[in-house]
Amino acid sequence: MTAAEGTLPLAPEHGRAQAPPRARRGRAQSPAPHAEAGQERPASASAPAGAAVVQRQALRWHTRTFRWPAVRAFLLSTVAYPTAGIAVLLALWWLGGWAIASNDDVVAFAGFAPAPAFAALADMVASGEVWGTIFPSLYRIGMGLLWAFLIGVPVGVAIGLSAALREVTHVPFQFLRMISPLAWMPIAVLAFATWDGAIVFLIAVAAVWPVLFSTAQGVRRIDPLWFKVARNLGADGWQMLRRVIMPAIGQDIFAGLRLAVGVAWIVLVPAEYLGVTSGLGYAINDARDTLEYDTLAAIVVVIGIIGFLLDGMCVSLIKHFSWRQAD
Amino acid sequence: MSANVSVDFITHTFKGQSAPTLKDIALNIHPGEQVALIGRSGCGKSTLLHMLAGLTVPTEGCVHIRGHTVTRPSAKWNMMFQKPSLYPWMTVRRNAELGLLFAGCRDTARIDALLELVGLADKADANVQSLSGGQQQRVALARSLATSPELLLLDEPFSALDAFTRATLQDEVSRIARQEGLTLVIVTHDIDEAVAMADRVLIMAANPGRIAGEMAIELPAPRERASAEYSRAREALMTTFDGLVGDGRGGAAAQRTDAAGAPQREAA
Ligand SMILES: Nc1ncnc2c1ncn2[C@@H]1O[C@H](COP(=O)(O)OP(=O)(O)O)[C@@H](O)[C@H]1O
Ligand SMILES: [Mg+2]
Repeated sequence: MTAAEGTLPLAPEHGRAQAPPRARRGRAQSPAPHAEAGQERPASASAPAGAAVVQRQALRWHTRTFRWPAVRAFLLSTVAYPTAGIAVLLALWWLGGWAIASNDDVVAFAGFAPAPAFAALADMVASGEVWGTIFPSLYRIGMGLLWAFLIGVPVGVAIGLSAALREVTHVPFQFLRMISPLAWMPIAVLAFATWDGAIVFLIAVAAVWPVLFSTAQGVRRIDPLWFKVARNLGADGWQMLRRVIMPAIGQDIFAGLRLAVGVAWIVLVPAEYLGVTSGLGYAINDARDTLEYDTLAAIVVVIGIIGFLLDGMCVSLIKHFSWRQAD
Repeated sequence: MSANVSVDFITHTFKGQSAPTLKDIALNIHPGEQVALIGRSGCGKSTLLHMLAGLTVPTEGCVHIRGHTVTRPSAKWNMMFQKPSLYPWMTVRRNAELGLLFAGCRDTARIDALLELVGLADKADANVQSLSGGQQQRVALARSLATSPELLLLDEPFSALDAFTRATLQDEVSRIARQEGLTLVIVTHDIDEAVAMADRVLIMAANPGRIAGEMAIELPAPRERASAEYSRAREALMTTFDGLVGDGRGGAAAQRTDAAGAPQREAA
């Protein structure tokens, strides 16, 4: 117990600080023969003179900057593997399109195949129409997430700090959380004057829970000694919040936001099926009504890409605010 | 700079417990004195230290530091723990200056001097997680000293460190406290640590926690661990300790020693 406590603060460091050395060690363990050769051979008197020396120096320089195993690992993880994943997805899509096209009963839906879909997407981007579809959706999701953040973080901190508050809110919160956000739709429509307001509300209702619970969880995981030390150094409540609690849970807040983005992005499209005349959900409905299946498939692609980008933004926020090794 | 500490008949019973953890503790610590508090695990040393720091309020009695009644924590009486408890999202410098930041003043020159004092001037901008356990505890020391405390309270601060680092830090903290004129109270379950640092050792017994006796260590600082006087002082403290809490009068802890069948010399 004592020894573990003593070494615990060091533990997160290992993951973070050792990242570069680990890469170097990896290289030493699996040397690429041609990469090491230039370094191993000493420049001795018996070495051939002139061009050969220049060539060898060039090779040595080359080895120093171009570490093949490291570069290979980098290329694999950032290019090759993702490309393979995308290729598999496209292949499945193409197979599906081919199956539709070769079945007389459903051949009318052949627009779903990759080729027409990408052609439609290119048209939408070229005409600029795609931006007009995306922006209303991004605005709604941004506002919904903002509200989820503004409500979820303070409430999460409060229930993380207070056991009494945690117990009081447990049943109501678990009850509310389990209600599908879309079940709020009729109420939202009644309560908000505009469709935009109703959709923002639905997204906020869906997104607030992951932010709230992740924040509360983060607060509960804060080392009690951090509070004690800060109190001893003369911190008042506000300073404790600003200098200890918020930095300690930054990573948890954005991990919650990441989950929230996933949920919100899923709620957005069905919410836009009704009432509004803009956004991605509306565009899907519209394309279905006008039987433009290639456009419909193109919008699905756009939804996927934007969701992917939003998730990536959350991941970099988590990294930015993380001081401990990612769980 | 340094403060006189007086503890006036503290009795403390934790919520939900029937027997008091501490009973009728009274003591007086002179300005600039270095006092060690030794006793078996669970006898209430940390509880008493928390009360000196104002982190726990006793159910009866009170603590006065230089005439002021302690009712809440203050950067003027600072506590260090076994874990350095540095904030990993701050650099060494930011950790060290935190107390000043809370007080609303920044004094870069003072932080530089303190980091110099604890031998970490070259690590000022390092991430605290990249430091060794001993270095982390030095940062914690600099952080404690930054607010110019009158009283430094140490709760087994070196027990997680290796023997060499521990000995070095014991000497350094003792020297710095003398240099800055701080009153020092160190809680330890290590008799060596008490002999290495203290002018006076208070021996605590358990159930209820009380001061069973005390012993002055009249050795010049810095303490020469290899000297015959040091060994004699150590031997004397051990005998006193065994006499007070190791022979059956120490309550449950002593009975445990008997059950184990072997006399336990170290107060563990
Ligand atoms: N917050 C607390 N609530 C209830 N009991 C406590 C609390 N803190 C300490 N105790 C009890 O008080 C006794 C003394 O604890 P402590 O002061 O930590 O001992 P020491 O530091 O000498 O090992 C122990 O029996 C411990 O279980
Ligand atoms: Mg203790």
